[in-house]
Formats: sequence, structure tokens, C-alpha cells
Amino acid sequence: MTYRGMKSRELEASLETQLKQQVDPAAAYADLTEDELFTPATYDPTGAERGGYSNYSYWGATLRAFFKNKAAVFFLCVIVVVLLFTFIQPLLPNQKSAKTINNDPVTGVQIINQQPGEEFWFGTNSIGQDLWARTWAGTRTSLGIGFAVACFEALFGTLIGVLWGYVRKLDFFFTELYNIFDNIPQTLVLILISYILRPGVGTIIFALCLTGWLDMARFIRNQVVIIRDRDYNLASRCLGTKTSRIVQKNLLPYLVSVITLRMALAIPAAIGNEVFVTYIGIGLPTDIPALGNLVQAGRLLMSQPNLRYQLLFPTAVLAVITISLYVVGNAFADAADPKNHV
Amino acid sequence: MTKYIIKRILHALITLGIVIAIVFVLLRQMPVEGYFNNFDKYTPAQISVGLQKLGLNDPIPVQIGHYFKQLLQGDLGTSNKYREGYPIAKIIAKKAPISIELGLISLVVALGVGLPMGIMMARSTRTKYKLWDKFGTVFIVVVQAVPSAVYHLLIQLYGSELLGVSMLFDMDKKITWILPIFSLAIGNIAYYAMWLRRYMVDESNKDYIRLARAKGVPAGKISRVHIFRNAIVPLVQYLPNSILFTLMGSLYVESLYSIPGMGGLLVQVIKLQDNTMVQALVLVYAGISVLGLLFGDLLMALVDPRISFTKKEGAR
Repeated sequence: MTYRGMKSRELEASLETQLKQQVDPAAAYADLTEDELFTPATYDPTGAERGGYSNYSYWGATLRAFFKNKAAVFFLCVIVVVLLFTFIQPLLPNQKSAKTINNDPVTGVQIINQQPGEEFWFGTNSIGQDLWARTWAGTRTSLGIGFAVACFEALFGTLIGVLWGYVRKLDFFFTELYNIFDNIPQTLVLILISYILRPGVGTIIFALCLTGWLDMARFIRNQVVIIRDRDYNLASRCLGTKTSRIVQKNLLPYLVSVITLRMALAIPAAIGNEVFVTYIGIGLPTDIPALGNLVQAGRLLMSQPNLRYQLLFPTAVLAVITISLYVVGNAFADAADPKNHV
Repeated sequence: MTKYIIKRILHALITLGIVIAIVFVLLRQMPVEGYFNNFDKYTPAQISVGLQKLGLNDPIPVQIGHYFKQLLQGDLGTSNKYREGYPIAKIIAKKAPISIELGLISLVVALGVGLPMGIMMARSTRTKYKLWDKFGTVFIVVVQAVPSAVYHLLIQLYGSELLGVSMLFDMDKKITWILPIFSLAIGNIAYYAMWLRRYMVDESNKDYIRLARAKGVPAGKISRVHIFRNAIVPLVQYLPNSILFTLMGSLYVESLYSIPGMGGLLVQVIKLQDNTMVQALVLVYAGISVLGLLFGDLLMALVDPRISFTKKEGAR
């Protein structure tokens, strides 16, 4: 038999059963057993009490979403290990101080530009300091700067942003202020402040804090304005929920992703800015070990191939830290966004 | 619309005025050394005469007034350390073309590489292994996460070795142009590729694309004609700004390769502590960015009739 003939027979049969169902619906189900058929439910008084409560927890869902991302988990481990090591390193045995100039015990001459080896894992720099110790001390300084800036940005930016968005009377004032200050490029502020004030850790933190919070506040403000008058917030307000609780429970979960992302990105940005300011000669004093100073010191020697390690080691540590923070920050921001929690 | 434009221009002018005033006041807090060449050789009497001549002994508001008046006549002042007594406007006129040329070439490179990369990445999200997407994402993450101050160094170091050229820029040797242009372009490549990919993926999930696919339009034609055209709109808005900003040059790249352009100039005069030059250059920079923002806003209002600026924001 041809395939076409089979097909037409099949079609005919199914049409026939459909026709039968239309004439007598019960006949189509006649071959089903009794318990597969529809039976009326009995009245259950406890069922009426059952609310629409779901087992949803914001942080639970966030963490679950985050840990599904394998790359992010890997980089999280990296960042935890590096952070821990940065702070444990000075406590380990046989560590040299970052500022000590090492002299040869026999001749008393400074050990300058020694290649990486058993005694000096990352080698020594041009005045005989241990690059291994300097790299980790520098990482501590730079991470400290980045973390201070990120914290300030998160706290101040969120505070101003929420005020700006929630208090209608302040909207005009802040918007005009923003329109003026947003026009000034951040690099210029950074350069001017570092040029005018005395170079130091405080100056860099101050200059970076001065500009960073503005974008953050703007973003938070826009989010707050969008969410502020959504129906569920209106309902909360009508039910007499306190403003602080609305901010905490209804607004903040939407903002957590943005805040953490900006915090995670503020640290690499701060390190980058520090390297840049040091390069143009108005950064940290050279005796403070910081990644910016190390990269700058390495740059000066990089045309000599055998001294290139002085640039590459600090650069590698810097790259590992910034890339890990970037990936973890982005992944966490995605995971913390309630829109991705379904 | 006209009302909005006038308001926006007034805004920009006020902003510029405030920025100039702030910079002026801040620089006046610096030691007066920055206004003299060979400061150590001067006697106190000579210094006070010099300050008198520059009008720097007047009260600060009067000084700012003088400065504004000078600016309105198109006079940026004269340099005192970088090139003593030479008008700053002339120095800038000499330096700016180099920055603009390099910037424009690098922009063309960035668009020429970044856009195809974004398209490839977006298209490969529909294939089995998403190879291009993965490679591209790694590239974008590295470029965006590692501070540019660091990867520019590595490009200079290994690039010059690879090409066998000197690390420094030479106007007449075209081969030395490759590395600075690549350095300037790489950030933009990542930027354009990332956003184009995101907009294209968003666009390709829309219903009309599904219809086109169901209709049997070839995949290449869909991504070229339907998706790309819609996805490129938000990116086009940045283009005039990018062109304008080439005038500023890149502070870091230019001084790294010692390119005689605008960006390197600012770094140089900061190191020399030439106050009048710093002031004039900061003014030019701020002016360009204010102009750029103004330009971008106006263009957006012209291009997309749905965007209205005359209404209060958020009053939906």
C-alpha cells in the first residue's frame, strides 16, 4: 500500500471519531475507567485558609542563581583566595618587609635587579627591595583605596539617590546640580585635585570619591522614580506600611544588583585611576608600595628585556584581581535582579 | 523645540562659566611659582611686580572677571613655562590636528572591527557551541576589567617587539602609527561589540523576527536587514560625540608614545606646573565635553521624534 493511502485512511478514522464525539460526548470516553473520569471535589474547610504564600526568599533565590554560574563561582574562589593571601602574607614565616633594602650579607652591596629566584620569588627592584613583598603590600594599599571609594560611593550615592527620587521637593535642586557637575570630565577632576593637593592616599581617595557618587545617585534616582508609584507600592502605602519598610522591602531588592555591581566595578576603576595618576607624576609618593607605583617603576625598566619581570608580576596580580571582581560583580548583579528569579 | 534648544544652550554656558570659575579659584590656591619661568632667580620685588602685571594681586572675583573678559575676546592667555610668552591658542592650533587625525583613524578602526564582531557574536548565540560569542565575551571582559593604563603598556611593549618598530611615535614613519591607533581603538572595539551584541540579541527575540524566520527568510538577511538596522540606532547617537572627543586626544596613550597632540600636552604642562596652560587646557577640555553633551541631546531630540525634552521628565 502506498504511503498516501495509509495517511488518508488514518485521517478518515480520526475524523470519524471526532464526529462521534460531537454527536455523543460520553461515547468518546466510554473506554476509560471510572476513577479517571471527573469527580466533584468535596468541600475542604482548610483549603479556604490556604493563602498565596510561596516559599520565595530573596537572598535564597539570588544565591541559587549565582551559584548556577560556574565561571562566576570560579572567579569568586580566586578573589577570596587572593584577598585572604594578601592579608595573611605578612604573617607568614620568612617574609621580607616591603620597604627594607636588601644588602648582600658578604659584600654589603645592595642586591639590585636580582632575577626571580629562590630567595626573592619575584626578584628585587632597582634599589634592592623584595618585589614579592612589595607586590602584596601594594595590592593591600590599592585594594584599600578601591574599597574605601566603593563604600563611599555606595553609601552616599544610595542615600542621595533615594532622597532625590523619593522627596519630590528636592528633585529640582538635585537635577540642576547634576546637570552642572556631570559636565565636568572625571579625569579632569582627578588631575586637578591631585595637582593641587599634596599627593597621598587620602588625596586619591578624596578625588575619586568626589566624582564617583554622582552617577550612582543618578541611577538610583531613576530606579526609585520608576518603582515609587508602581501598584504594589501604592498598595503598601494604602495599607499603612511605614516608608522605611517600603524602602527596605520594596525598593532595595531592585537596587541591590546595581549597588553591588557598581561597588565591584569601582575597585578596578580606582586601581586604574591610581595607575594613571601615578603615571602622570601626581600620584602616590614613590615610597608607598601601591600597584600604581609598582607598574610605573616597572614601566621605566621595560625596555630592558631581562628586567621586564618587574612590570609583569605586579601587572599579572592586578589583572587577576580586576578581572575576577568584574566577572563576580556582573554575575552577582544578574543574580540579584528579581526579574531573573522566576 | 526652539525653546528647549535655547534653554539647553544657556545651561551649557552657565555650566562652562561655573567650571572656569572653580578651576580658576583652585589654581590660585597653588604656589605662585606656576606663573613664572625660572622662579628661583626672581627677587621678591620682581615677583610682586610680575603678579601686578598679570593682575593676580586683585581680589579673586575681579581676577575672574578679567579672565572672563579676556576669554570673550578669544584670548586663552600665554604660556609661561612650556614656551615662555607664546600664545596658548597657537600652541593648541598646532597640536589639535594630530590628535584629531589619530582619533578619527582609530574610530574608523574601532567601528570596522567592533561592529562585525558584535554581529558575529549575536549570530553565534543561535548556534550550538556559541564559539564566537564565548571568544568575544572573554575579549570584552579582559578589555573592560583590566585598567586601560595597564594594557596600553603591554600593547606598547609587545607590539613594538612584534612589529620591530621603536616604542615612540614618529610623524613620518607610518608604521609607528599602528600601535597608538590600535591602543586608542581597542576600548571602543570592546564597547561597540558589547552593546551591538546586546541590542541585537534583544531585537532578535522580538515577534517580527520570529515571523521573518517562520516565513523562511535566510538567517543572513534577517540579521543584516532586520536586526542590525534596528540595533544600530542607539549606537549611532554616540558617534558625533566620539568624533568631537577625538579633539581631546587620549591623555595616556599620547604621552605614552610621546605623540605631540593635545592629550600629551596636558600631562606635560602638569608636570611642568605651568598654571596658565593647565587652566586654558582644562577650559578647552571642559568646553568640548559640555558641547558634546549638548550636541548629543539635541541630536537625540532631532533623530527620534518620540523623545521629548520639553515635558518634565518622568511625568508619565
